[in-house]
Amino acid sequence: MARIELSGIRKEWGEVVAVEDMDLVIEDGEFVAVLGPSGCGKSTTLFMLAGIYAPSAGVMRFDGSLVNEVESRDRNVGIVFQSYALYPHMSVRENIAFPLRFKKVPDAEARRRVEAIARLVQVHDLLDRRPGEMSGGQQQRVALARALVKEPQLLLLDEPLSNLDATLRLTMRTEIKRLQRQLEVTTILVTHDQVEATTMADRIVCMSKGRIEQVAAPAELYARPASLFVASFVGAPPINVLAGRAEGAEVVVNGLRLGRVGEGGAAGEVVLGIRPEHIRFDAHGLAGRIDQIEPMGRETLYLVETPMGGVRVLEGGAGVRFALGDSVRIGFRPEDSLLFDRESGALVPGARVAPPAG
Amino acid sequence: MRGRQSANLCLFLGPAMVLLLLFFIAPVIVDLIISFTDIGRTLRITEFTTAQFERMFTRDSRLTKSLAITLVYVFFTLAIFNVTFGLVLALTTTAVSERLGAFFRSVWLLPRMSPSVVYALMWLWVVDPAERGLMNQVLLAAGLDPVDMRSNAPVLLIVIANGFIGASMGMIIFTSAIRSIPEHLFHAARADGAGALATVRHVTLPAIRWPLSFITVYQTLSLLVSFEYIWLITDGGPFYDTTVYALYVYKRAFENGQYGYGAALALVLVLVGIAASLLMWRFFDMKRLLQQPRIEVH
Repeated sequence: MARIELSGIRKEWGEVVAVEDMDLVIEDGEFVAVLGPSGCGKSTTLFMLAGIYAPSAGVMRFDGSLVNEVESRDRNVGIVFQSYALYPHMSVRENIAFPLRFKKVPDAEARRRVEAIARLVQVHDLLDRRPGEMSGGQQQRVALARALVKEPQLLLLDEPLSNLDATLRLTMRTEIKRLQRQLEVTTILVTHDQVEATTMADRIVCMSKGRIEQVAAPAELYARPASLFVASFVGAPPINVLAGRAEGAEVVVNGLRLGRVGEGGAAGEVVLGIRPEHIRFDAHGLAGRIDQIEPMGRETLYLVETPMGGVRVLEGGAGVRFALGDSVRIGFRPEDSLLFDRESGALVPGARVAPPAG
Repeated sequence: MRGRQSANLCLFLGPAMVLLLLFFIAPVIVDLIISFTDIGRTLRITEFTTAQFERMFTRDSRLTKSLAITLVYVFFTLAIFNVTFGLVLALTTTAVSERLGAFFRSVWLLPRMSPSVVYALMWLWVVDPAERGLMNQVLLAAGLDPVDMRSNAPVLLIVIANGFIGASMGMIIFTSAIRSIPEHLFHAARADGAGALATVRHVTLPAIRWPLSFITVYQTLSLLVSFEYIWLITDGGPFYDTTVYALYVYKRAFENGQYGYGAALALVLVLVGIAASLLMWRFFDMKRLLQQPRIEVH
């Protein structure tokens, strides 16, 4: 178990900067997800923590001691790779025991630990199989066992669920979370899947283009995104994004004047963001026309053409109650609106927009 | 459907079968026939006889000695250079930077790219027993006595001269095999605490098992029958000390003009080759290397 501190971490490959100005503290026993699109530097960060890549600049501390120069094997870090990276010619038992071989663990104790951890991740019936003879889910469990058998102070998970089918992903999600609680091991999960991040992690580090956009608990990340990038990346179906201009006490979107409320002082080019589930059909709202309908079972997603532009509306529990071409009116609560500076993408704190009246 | 199938068979397998027949099976048959004749320098066949085989088994004292030299030569060239050194080159050139690795691989390819005669002439200069020989120049400069490798260590000389060329084949095959190992496996080994040697032993070697077997089998066969560098550098000498079997056959047939006897001797090489391949096929369990076709043909 360890408290991880990163400050001013930077990694460059020749001209390309993969990670920049990274400051992050992860508390002992915490489960943190690093979320971002591919190429955002999240895997590079993970490999730096593992000691596979060396940071170009910055300081990396585990429990207060500097580890920049510490070899991977001396960091006591367990990793689960996206491809599982099990040794194909070794049996499951040998795979799990492999890290213990280099820690000079006596044979009898190694056997006991391998069996205990195999039981914990439920692969104790497969110990004599080879990785090639197992399903993806089983390989995943073995990879977890191999990472955990050395009782690491830090567990790193690199897109561990992305090669599993949907049902299995759900099971493994729950199981990894349960294991993490049980073992209280500091864990960092790297993923591009927001559902994985929000369901498993205590805190989410949202990254884009090598930089941290926001560090927050899942609910806060969703409700109060620090930037347009975070707002757009988190949430499905995605947030409605409408470009506009702040003019005095009004925001003009597509020629439509919306009243400003709240204390935030935005000026110039802005972007208005409203989540689809925060827009509701409202007899006194803005007139529009149903342009597309996507029934999703519990909810229905409508695309509504309005004078503001196309707006996604997510309505739950009402079935499909409109038809294509129907005239509707929509509205939203000012406190659900988010206003971003278009240039920097940053949230304008406290700035709200009132819905236009019909 | 059946007609179509046999048409496909002829179309796809035909060319390879024709080549195999023309250049591999037919020569063996011709060789077999010639070995039962008394054909000599006059190129005239006067009778069909088993005299060549009688001579081989009863009166040829060189034959077994030559086979023994071949065994030593093939074994050590393989064990020191073609497999081991090829593997070391592949491991080291993939461990250093891409540019440096490519440079060293090219250096080790040079012997293979230079014409045989030029390569052999270089060796003759290197091991020249006089003071002008490269090796002796080095030895003398280091204050040591000059040596005469061609007279005193001729087998070692042919092993090294062939090995310097032979290593590059293994190097190339092993390099590409090492490159095809998923990088995550190396990362995993590193995080699991394996050092460089342990990684080679537990990750690299098991992953390149098939290329290793292939190179061993392939190079055994090619070393068994090739003799041009030996012929050029030592001409099988001193006396018959480096006359490997293939060179012996060549000398009997083409230098002494005993074509019938040469043909009979060559049959032994065919049999040894077949036996060696079958043994190694078994030993390396190469049947497992064959994969079921991915496309089904009906």
